[in-house]
Amino acid sequence: MSPAGSTPATPYLCGKCKLPLVLGKVTAHYLGSEFPIEMWRCPGCGKVLVPESLATGKMLQVEQALEDK
Amino acid sequence: MDREQVRRWETQCIQEQAPTCTASCPAHVDARKLVECVTRGDFKGGLAVLANAVPLPLILAHICDHPCQAQCRRSDAGDAIEIGALERACAEHGSPAPAARCQALRNQRVAIVGGGLSGVSAAAGLATRGYEVAIFEARPRLLDRLRSMGDDKLPAYVIDADLAALEKLGVSVHCEALISCHSGPFGLDAMARDFDAVYLAPGPEPLGEDALDLARNEQRRIQIDPLTLATSHVKLFAGGAQRYAPAPYSPILSIADGNYAAVSIDRFLQGASLGATRDNQGAYPSSLYVNTKGLPASTAIHAATDQCGYTKEEAQQEAARCIPCQCLECVKVCQYLEDYGAYPKRYVRQIYNNECIVMGVRNLNRMVNSCALCGLCTAVCPEKFSMADVILDARQSMVQKGKMPPSAHDFALRDMALSQSEAFALARHQPGFQSSQTAFLPGCQLSASSPGHVAACYEYLRNTIPGGVGLILACCSAPAFWAGDNAKFQEALHALEAAWLELGTPRLITACPSCFKTLKDHLPQIPIEILWQHLVPKLLTKARPEPTSRTLAIHDPCSTRGINLLEDSARTLLRELEIETVELNEPGLTTCCGYGGLVQFVNPSLADKTVARRASTSDKDFVTYCAMCRDRFAHQGKRAVHILDLVFANGDSDPAARPDPGFSTRQDNRAHLKSQLLRDVWGEEVSIMTPSIELRISEEVSKLLEKRMILIEDVRRTVENAELTGDKLESLATGHSLASYRSSCVTYWVEYSSDEGAFVVHNAYSHRMEVR
Repeated sequence: MSPAGSTPATPYLCGKCKLPLVLGKVTAHYLGSEFPIEMWRCPGCGKVLVPESLATGKMLQVEQALEDK
Repeated sequence: MDREQVRRWETQCIQEQAPTCTASCPAHVDARKLVECVTRGDFKGGLAVLANAVPLPLILAHICDHPCQAQCRRSDAGDAIEIGALERACAEHGSPAPAARCQALRNQRVAIVGGGLSGVSAAAGLATRGYEVAIFEARPRLLDRLRSMGDDKLPAYVIDADLAALEKLGVSVHCEALISCHSGPFGLDAMARDFDAVYLAPGPEPLGEDALDLARNEQRRIQIDPLTLATSHVKLFAGGAQRYAPAPYSPILSIADGNYAAVSIDRFLQGASLGATRDNQGAYPSSLYVNTKGLPASTAIHAATDQCGYTKEEAQQEAARCIPCQCLECVKVCQYLEDYGAYPKRYVRQIYNNECIVMGVRNLNRMVNSCALCGLCTAVCPEKFSMADVILDARQSMVQKGKMPPSAHDFALRDMALSQSEAFALARHQPGFQSSQTAFLPGCQLSASSPGHVAACYEYLRNTIPGGVGLILACCSAPAFWAGDNAKFQEALHALEAAWLELGTPRLITACPSCFKTLKDHLPQIPIEILWQHLVPKLLTKARPEPTSRTLAIHDPCSTRGINLLEDSARTLLRELEIETVELNEPGLTTCCGYGGLVQFVNPSLADKTVARRASTSDKDFVTYCAMCRDRFAHQGKRAVHILDLVFANGDSDPAARPDPGFSTRQDNRAHLKSQLLRDVWGEEVSIMTPSIELRISEEVSKLLEKRMILIEDVRRTVENAELTGDKLESLATGHSLASYRSSCVTYWVEYSSDEGAFVVHNAYSHRMEVR
């Protein structure tokens, strides 16, 4: 998955750490498959932002493709 | 899926059976396709269809005796299609015929004795199969007899064109070669010795005594096997007019015999079985069902000038009258079967192939999960093919193998789990009774949609039926059955059976046709009746709703199919309520609302199309007796009442306009109903859980939640968790919070802001993938 969908239109702060999110490597898991992916996350606690466009777009497509494997 | 069963299903669907025109043609010319080509103005294509079936297409196009026309189903309403004249139009406007393609050359030699239609056809058929072929004809030219038919009927250039094509195949032609029946250099025995096989097509006359002592019939003609054209001599085959005389000459029969001979000789020379898999050789009755009911009558177009047949335009007009013959009875009535672009025979194969994929993508999973299992296909199929059987088998197999997409039925099965949980499930005797002769099973979706009706019905039953009327709040587990999840299905059935045993095996009265059907089919030991049989309007003590003056159209739920009692009892009640009704369809042919088979969860757009199609069949308000059907129509904006809306006032002045409650309310209603009944009927103190936080959700966001199958409960838990733990993101641009919460297999995201102690929900979405 490309990180394009994960670019926030507006910046976010982590509610716990009060730190601005930064781009970082995370791993997406589904049905035994794993993908490294670059996403916005909190440098403090690691909380990851999954934006709506990604969740309802590319991520959904990949979920469905994996479900049909 | 069992391969043998798959094959049986494939055979059961007759859509690919040949239409009557093809089946009645001795050479099985695909006349339907030819006519279809002509309709499009593709005369070359039409001629190619002819050339595909017979080796002398131009000649046949002119002189075919078209036995197909007498069988044409267009004549059920008006004239048969002029197939013979259309064949000629193909020759006239589509020449030249495409050249035959030859297979690799073989080194075996075949002699053809007799250069008439049958002999020449056999020669062409064998030459294209790669054999070395020599024709021996007594007359000075091949097809000599045809030349006397006259230029009007069969112009000489047509014969020459087909013969030129034969020459290109490399057939050697020996004219004025009189093959004698006796021994000697030009005798049959020499032929049989010098060639690997011989085809005798000597015309109608009996032959003289021959050297080979061929077996003869009573008319002294050669005895010929009707299927293989074999004679008593292993190398000799015979056919054409010789075997049909003294019946009148039929060009298509002669040509077809040439085809059969080519098949037999090819098999003979390759050492294959002569007779295997030739059951449908020659004319046979078509088993393709064609419904011509309502087909408007039409008369045949005739050529304005008789001499050279149709102009292109005339031919196209005539061809356009073709129905064309197809079955598709099921596809015509089912949005699902129509949407996937084929018909059951194809679907069965595709679904089986989908299941057999080991590595790769199973593209048809969604298709398998998009059937409503409503049984309408079976009801209209002349062969009683059941798509539901195929689909259920496929789904069960997917679940068993762990190949069912987890997201497909997850939401519906979690909803079912709620109905089985403490939040809703209940089995009680009527207060003041230690036993129940009867128990009321309202069904989970009526409870979810109209909890007030359930309470009113239960009160009515307690007041009118002696012997104690218990109550069972439960799910019949139809959703698990539809999902192909046998383990969950059996588990829920056992729970329901246990509740029934707990109440002392009472007869059940249900208000849900799906419960009725599920119990009838899977718990036959439980005596079950439908509520409508027990509702007697004059016994109703509660205020009846304002009687409607509207005429209502009856929509039968699909679970009633084949169960007359359900359809009849609902109609009886409507009559007793003095409601004016009209029928939407013939008995047993109702359609699904899109809930059946859980389609709405897997393929919502198809489910919506399905219900919209049904809704459009009448502008009258609908009356139905399944809560899901009622709500699905409401969801589509179609005015519809549940039959109980006509019996019990529900506080709605216009129940037909009541909106679909939506997933969240359906769950709340069930929980509230149980609490309310425990309090009002059994006098128990019930602590009502008040939500810890107040959510404000606009209508627009509500619709989005519904569409994305996100429950308000999921939203609440997400916000609660974020507010409790601070685990959320804060937008610097809007000041909104964005929180996520993972519950079972789904992560929910909610965008919200706080407003005077309440939380305003701006957006919500979800995903199943986990990100860490």
